[in-house]
Amino acid sequence: MAIRRGRGVAAVNYPTGMNLGGDPSQALVHSTPTGNFMVTLSSVDLGQGLKQVMAQICAETIGVKTEQVIIDTADTDTGPHCMGTFASRGTHRIGNAVIQAAKEARQVMLEVAAEALEVDAGDLETDGEGNIHVKGAPQKSISIFDTALMAHFKLGRSISGRGMFLVPRSYPEVETGAMKPSTCYAHACTVAEVDVDDETGEVTVVSIKNVFEIGRALNPKMVEQQLVGGSWMGISHALYETTEPYYPARDHAGTDFNEYLMPGPGDIAPTEIVVLERPAEDGPYGAKGPGEMCANPQIPALANAIFDAVGVRIDMMPITPERILRALKEQRATAH
Amino acid sequence: MKLAKDYFADQRTEELKELGQGLQRSDVPGHVTGKTSYFADRTFPGMLCLRMVRSPHHHARIRSVDLSEAERHPGVHRILTHKDIPHNLYTILILIQVGPEDEHVLAEDKVRWKGEAVVAVLADSEWAANEAAAKVRIDYEVLPSVLDIDAALAPDAPIVNEHHGQNHYMYDSGPSRKVRYGDVEKGFAEADHILEQTYYSSPIEQAPMETTGCIVTPDGNDRFTCYTNTQAMFFTLDNTSIILQMPGHKLHMVGGTVGGGFGGKVDVTVEPIAILAAKLTGRPVSFIYSRYEEMQVSSPRAAEKIVLKDGVMNDGHIVARQVWGYTDAGAYSRHSPYGAQKGAAHYPGPYTIPNVWVDTWCVYTNRTPSSAMRGFGVTIADFALEVQMDKLARLIGMDPLEFRFINAYRDGDMKAHRQPTTGAALIECMQEASRVASWPVAEKYMQMSSYKGG
Amino acid sequence: MAKVPVQFSLNGEEKAEFVDSGSTLLKVLRDKMGDTSPKGGCLQGTCGSCSVVVDGELRLSCLTLAETCDGADIQTTAGLASDGVLHPLQRAFMDEFAAQCGFCTPGMIMAAKVLLDANPDPTREDVIEALSGNVCRCTGYEPIIRAVLTAARSNSQNAA
Repeated sequence: MAIRRGRGVAAVNYPTGMNLGGDPSQALVHSTPTGNFMVTLSSVDLGQGLKQVMAQICAETIGVKTEQVIIDTADTDTGPHCMGTFASRGTHRIGNAVIQAAKEARQVMLEVAAEALEVDAGDLETDGEGNIHVKGAPQKSISIFDTALMAHFKLGRSISGRGMFLVPRSYPEVETGAMKPSTCYAHACTVAEVDVDDETGEVTVVSIKNVFEIGRALNPKMVEQQLVGGSWMGISHALYETTEPYYPARDHAGTDFNEYLMPGPGDIAPTEIVVLERPAEDGPYGAKGPGEMCANPQIPALANAIFDAVGVRIDMMPITPERILRALKEQRATAH
Repeated sequence: MKLAKDYFADQRTEELKELGQGLQRSDVPGHVTGKTSYFADRTFPGMLCLRMVRSPHHHARIRSVDLSEAERHPGVHRILTHKDIPHNLYTILILIQVGPEDEHVLAEDKVRWKGEAVVAVLADSEWAANEAAAKVRIDYEVLPSVLDIDAALAPDAPIVNEHHGQNHYMYDSGPSRKVRYGDVEKGFAEADHILEQTYYSSPIEQAPMETTGCIVTPDGNDRFTCYTNTQAMFFTLDNTSIILQMPGHKLHMVGGTVGGGFGGKVDVTVEPIAILAAKLTGRPVSFIYSRYEEMQVSSPRAAEKIVLKDGVMNDGHIVARQVWGYTDAGAYSRHSPYGAQKGAAHYPGPYTIPNVWVDTWCVYTNRTPSSAMRGFGVTIADFALEVQMDKLARLIGMDPLEFRFINAYRDGDMKAHRQPTTGAALIECMQEASRVASWPVAEKYMQMSSYKGG
Repeated sequence: MAKVPVQFSLNGEEKAEFVDSGSTLLKVLRDKMGDTSPKGGCLQGTCGSCSVVVDGELRLSCLTLAETCDGADIQTTAGLASDGVLHPLQRAFMDEFAAQCGFCTPGMIMAAKVLLDANPDPTREDVIEALSGNVCRCTGYEPIIRAVLTAARSNSQNAA
């Protein structure tokens, strides 16, 4: 009887957005009289930081600071339609809609500034600090504050824009399954190292090393939040979680957080994360959806590491100590 | 976390100012001060609490329902049954033309899973609602049930859901969503080795810290405001409109920050009945799942059974992959026909294989309806695929990581669903994994690239 | 239902209410006193989201009867910042990106506060022990552990 160490690898990809498309999202953007920008959506923030990343996308596109952008969302009386927050679609679908709306608003803003500066709108650029100036002549400039005031009170123009993003729905060909499930995919490769106690069946995750390719990390700190939490959930799925531990029998079904098992703060694995960025052609500034993909590769990597450690295959999730012990018992019986 | 900027540097040409920065989240000051508003952080005078009476049986005919004692319980305002629901038979994906309607908001003649809602009690406190719910008398005739995929697909199995007519979803392609590419039989005939293995998973709960729920107020102008933690505002509004036969302009959904979703809040199970209750009583109504309901009544991630059969050559190339994927949808469709179909699109994984044959099934059983969860249609598939990859590598005596390099998809490769690969990055992820995990592979694999011809 | 009077100090302010006998402290704080910082994640004492501090001790407000808190000194996350200045724990939870959906955050911060009040220089193991009654589904816990350790360090630097 001993503690045995093993190592396993898994590599995966994950589609961005609803399978087969057909999942639109809209955005509206307008400026306040003093040059702040309001993004109106009906999308839901589940805690992943959707509001923050939309503010950064809008700010980037218009050429203002992120703190000047306010997100008004999740209200069906004010916000235009969004299919919903799922299928790793938030950043990609809604982000693209926000870019389109913000571009239209920026164009109006530049036209107003052009009138003030008596130049062509095409000759103007933003400095990202709240000013618009003539390309190559930064002294010829007007603030966005003054531009918005002028639009409102002198020119009677609305600095606003409409955005819509839709990947057209694909219908699978009946006999062959020819279809277009997604326009871009995130990728991952995970190496897991475990210690397995062949007397108790207990698994200790020694280390998890994740490499994720996510298109573009629009806010790296929030990306890290998703990836760290997702990696934890992958470990949890692999080794702990189920509502029905003896599926298909319904006995011992967990009904609360005492009975439904997940790793607590004392059970977390040393985790390393590396992010690669290959921008998606149709992603907002290249971004793909990382939120779901990041919880998948740990599961098979751990299953493979457990095999590497003790030589038994557990082909049923979750890989509990009980299942490992039963498999080890069978292995010993066959060996004799 | 480390950003490995060396990879794909030639493709990142845009200069970003506000993006690419790890700016602080604008919502976090609210989180750390307890000021962030969640749907349940509001009270209204006269608010009623809704509590469901649920089936204790997997499958049963309802002979009779006796509300008399419950209705007399102090604090009870009204008890709703299926007769109160204008359009009681629904299915959520009808909005994207995935039918048929197969589920009752409140059970009529039968219950098809343990936990199915039969009667909704409205009382002026949670205690009164719970006590009254316990006084509802329902006479059931227990029917034979099927609780797993194989039993459900057996020829003489009892029918779980008459609206489907058989214990699986019927796609336009037949009982399964199919992918057919190349000729798997020819591939198996040529293969040096064939490996067929079966993988299983059990249901998994999304377990958000905030349970599913909503609070509804009648606005006094025949409109209703529903404070909800749904993951999809209009999806909920439009389904509610169908179920209540109420024009959409009478409905106002207000979300906010949701206390975690993970796919668990995409079903429309609380809003329609709570809005109806507010309409019929003229009072604000709250319907919030208990932790027990969140764990055992709300849709989990489906259990799956996946059979993989692969033909592999001694040089490491996979020449044929056949897949049978079965999703245990439980008693009703919810999002499962979509999830099973998403699985079909995902196989054979991020590998280029010349001969592929996939059948994915959405199977009905007398279990808690399953639905979406983080990685929907893919998570369990990846478990099966990647364990199978490990077994195949060992079968031919090859390093498992090098084996994946040999088969990894690259730009331009044709996928089984007949789309050319674009934007691939699997190879680079594996190269970086080889480096960070000190798992050396032959230099030729470190020289590979996901670019066309790389 | 019989109403009973309860009187206690909430974040330094005297509060008095008539409540239904048997009401939980969580319900009274949220529904009667407008302090919605403690969250009801399970209402059965298994998730820690409702954690508050009663007379210096960490308590699950969903399992605590309001009547038993008569005369007590109760602190919640809503009262942690003083004069608009965030407590080092609140600042550290922000800096370490330790909150995502935020639902468990007030309870986590209360659990951490009781730890740091008793032990200003905790080890990682001390922090894990202190947080072991609080469930989080988003973060994987590591950022929360880091935040508590960061707050402890900033506290000791301020004291020095």
